[in-house]
Amino acid sequence: MTRSLDTLSRRSFLSTGLTAGALVVGFSMVPRAFAQLAGGGEGGPGPKVVAPNLPGSLKSAPMLDSWIRIDANGAVTVFTGKVELGQGIKTALIQVAAEELDVPPARVTLVTADTARTPDEGLTAGSHSMQDSGTAILNAAANVRMLLARKAAESWGVAEDAVTTTGDGRLAGPGGRSAPYGEVAAALSLHVEAVPDAPRRDPAQYRTMGRDLPRVDIPAKLAGGAAYIQDMRLPGMLHARVVRGPSVGTRLEPLAIAEVAAMPGVVTVVQDGSFVAIVAEREWTAVKALRRIQTAKAVRSAPPLPNGGVVEALKALPSRDIVIQDGPDTPATPAHTVKARYTRPWLSHGSIGPSCSLALFQDGKLTVWTHSQGTFDVRRVAAQLVGLPEEDVHAIHVEGAGCYGQNGADDVSADAALIARHVPGRPIRLQWMREQEFGWEPLGPGMVTELEASLGPDKRIAAWRHEVWSNPHNNRPVGAGGVLAGGEIPNPFPVPEGKPIPMPEGDGSRNSVPLYDLPNLHVVYHFLKDMPIRVSALRSLGAHLNVFSIESMFDELAKAGGIDPLDLRLAHMVDERGRDVIATVAERFGWRGRPRPDGRRGCGLAFARYKNLGAYCAVAMEVEVERETGRIRVRRAVAAVDCGQAASPDGVRNQVEGGIVQSISWTSREAMSFDAERRTGFDWSAYPILRFKDVPDSVAVHVMDRPGQPFLGTAEAAQGPAAAALANAVADATGVRLRDMPLSPERVRAAVGVI
Amino acid sequence: MTMTLTINGAEHRVDAEPDTPLLYVLRDDLGLNGAKYGCGLGQCGACTVHVDGRPVFSCLTPVAAVQGRRVTTVEGLGSPGNLGPLQQAFEQEQAAQCGYCIAGMIMRAQALLDRGGPISDADIRNHMQTNLCRCGTHMRILRAVRRAVDATGARTSSLEAKP
Repeated sequence: MTRSLDTLSRRSFLSTGLTAGALVVGFSMVPRAFAQLAGGGEGGPGPKVVAPNLPGSLKSAPMLDSWIRIDANGAVTVFTGKVELGQGIKTALIQVAAEELDVPPARVTLVTADTARTPDEGLTAGSHSMQDSGTAILNAAANVRMLLARKAAESWGVAEDAVTTTGDGRLAGPGGRSAPYGEVAAALSLHVEAVPDAPRRDPAQYRTMGRDLPRVDIPAKLAGGAAYIQDMRLPGMLHARVVRGPSVGTRLEPLAIAEVAAMPGVVTVVQDGSFVAIVAEREWTAVKALRRIQTAKAVRSAPPLPNGGVVEALKALPSRDIVIQDGPDTPATPAHTVKARYTRPWLSHGSIGPSCSLALFQDGKLTVWTHSQGTFDVRRVAAQLVGLPEEDVHAIHVEGAGCYGQNGADDVSADAALIARHVPGRPIRLQWMREQEFGWEPLGPGMVTELEASLGPDKRIAAWRHEVWSNPHNNRPVGAGGVLAGGEIPNPFPVPEGKPIPMPEGDGSRNSVPLYDLPNLHVVYHFLKDMPIRVSALRSLGAHLNVFSIESMFDELAKAGGIDPLDLRLAHMVDERGRDVIATVAERFGWRGRPRPDGRRGCGLAFARYKNLGAYCAVAMEVEVERETGRIRVRRAVAAVDCGQAASPDGVRNQVEGGIVQSISWTSREAMSFDAERRTGFDWSAYPILRFKDVPDSVAVHVMDRPGQPFLGTAEAAQGPAAAALANAVADATGVRLRDMPLSPERVRAAVGVI
Repeated sequence: MTMTLTINGAEHRVDAEPDTPLLYVLRDDLGLNGAKYGCGLGQCGACTVHVDGRPVFSCLTPVAAVQGRRVTTVEGLGSPGNLGPLQQAFEQEQAAQCGYCIAGMIMRAQALLDRGGPISDADIRNHMQTNLCRCGTHMRILRAVRRAVDATGARTSSLEAKP
């Protein structure tokens, strides 16, 4: 059986005076002034700032009970609008809360993004979770501890500063007075606004923060516990598969819908415009039905894909030129000038688990379980897509496989919501197939940079010009036009026009301004709003290529001037913390005594401060280039990172180690391939990523000790430096500079040849 | 079709089409979360389980083919509250980020441990080559397997251990 679309209330909702177009315009007209406060400027305008004097996300959710609840038995519940993506944020936030409340971490339960329970903190993106939510929870907890001490002092009739906490969830006062938090909290309302200056615990006395607490999410992941959205099984649940062509911009025809609908075990085939989904009692039935439908012919329904490589594709697009840095200029007499173009192809997020979502439409209300990075945006999108007021849509985050940006998570949640709307009363579980994840997720944008830099006779950099060409990296859906289903229903929602993220966060421009002290500095962002290939955020956005370019150029200049790359960097780094991480990595790597290049072996280093406002990260690598095959073997990678106070140092190490390995994979072998009709990288053989034999022999990460310093976002900090360190090491080893990613075995072999 | 399967030492009767991949039966009929759908193509290893002690891709193995054979999933090695030795090694090394690949990694590595005999670092890398991780947790995974190998006393000398 098939269901038709017109029975839905979407039209009646839209006919109340809001048209699809008007809604989209409405979203696009929202001021973006506060965008930098949540999720690094990605997504929508972010939650409204109501208390600008408060730190972190307290600015938009200043009431203490939005963040912390203490039960009469002393159990602590902490609420965050950020989500676990495998980056360990749950454990880090528990450590933050436990530290400032001064309770054992086991006492704390953390609730992550849920539109009915937690503050809206925008996206979990841009390495912002510690800055936004960590800072909010740190200060909210300090406020709560202050109020508990005040209340206890009042009831004991003692001075407030005579009351201390003992680390086990108790307050202590003069004369052996003691009371558990639960008892004091019962007489206290936390429905009060935070103050910005609640006294914080002395970092020298920290009991929980800065220690390596085992991650709370790991045991279930090791033993088949219910750890992922894919593991949810709701009573009466049906399995769905969505029907699409092999990649964005294609459709299948003809669709064998009647045949598939008649297959035993198929409950229905949902059709809503060109949106089609199979719903079955059993998952394998849905898969088999999908495979039957997929035998149809694929037809390209969108404009043709661009011809040629990334340079031809991007430079053919109309550009809006955004001047990011324009001097000031001082007279210079360059002794050496280097001009170079660097490129990155389109990259897949490559999540190991294809995207998955569950949805239930019952009694006029819709619930969506999602692993999107923007739980509140999933609610906005679903409400608009199915025609329900937002208050009738409940979105709950449940962890999925790592996403590293906008993979299929938002699309699959919208798909599931739409299917559920057609099949009331039964929970719907939809998982994309492997080829759908590769074929339909937004890719990390291809990019091009052109740099021109000069070295003066004094061996100092005399001028620097950086131009970058990029599509928008921020196409996070904030309305139905941003998801695939929104373009497939009748009266489709238009795809919103891409917009740049303003500096200092930037998107394609992210990290295009070197942190070094450089004269005659010019930076231009050629922003390309037209997107011939579906793209959105991939971990670190433009920083991957911009840092690759800047740090490659440093080594190119160093070589031209006969200067050690370390010395050239230190000579231009004024920021003390920047100098510290560069010097630390050089020392731990043994840079001064490094093996000298012999045609096969070489060393490289690179540095960036993420967005020039997040974590500082320097990476050094020793590589061995197999000239006969072009294979690059990374013998060792050493990193130093300064992320301010590390809540969980091992969590930071895990993120930076992972960032280095992932960036080696991006930089040395990955590129989405296309033919005239479609993406052709649809599985792991056509889109290979790094496997065990090609990961470094060793990776060591040193976390700088910065007690009490503000949190600086870390999770994306290694992507750019690792990419550049690799290219610099290959150039050192072989004498050949490779500027086009990927530095694949074929390219390396062709460029360096056999000695 | 009704079949009797032996999963983690216990017999289960399931009613499924014989061509159903073992993965879907484990997850949907038996409620076992360990084996994951990653690619359905035998390219990533997220679905790895043991059949008669050998690692197989459960996404490619028809359920009818495992009747009368012993199937072990990661749940058979321990539970979240009572981790087995290899799982403990992963815990100790904090060898997971998103962790979606990890149950498959553990089952793959367990097959190496079960093989016995001396195991070098290069052996571990070669053996783990079939399994993909996207978070870049490889170094920790290798350390965790090394730790578990060492606990069995099966390490080779450092000279032999060079890749």
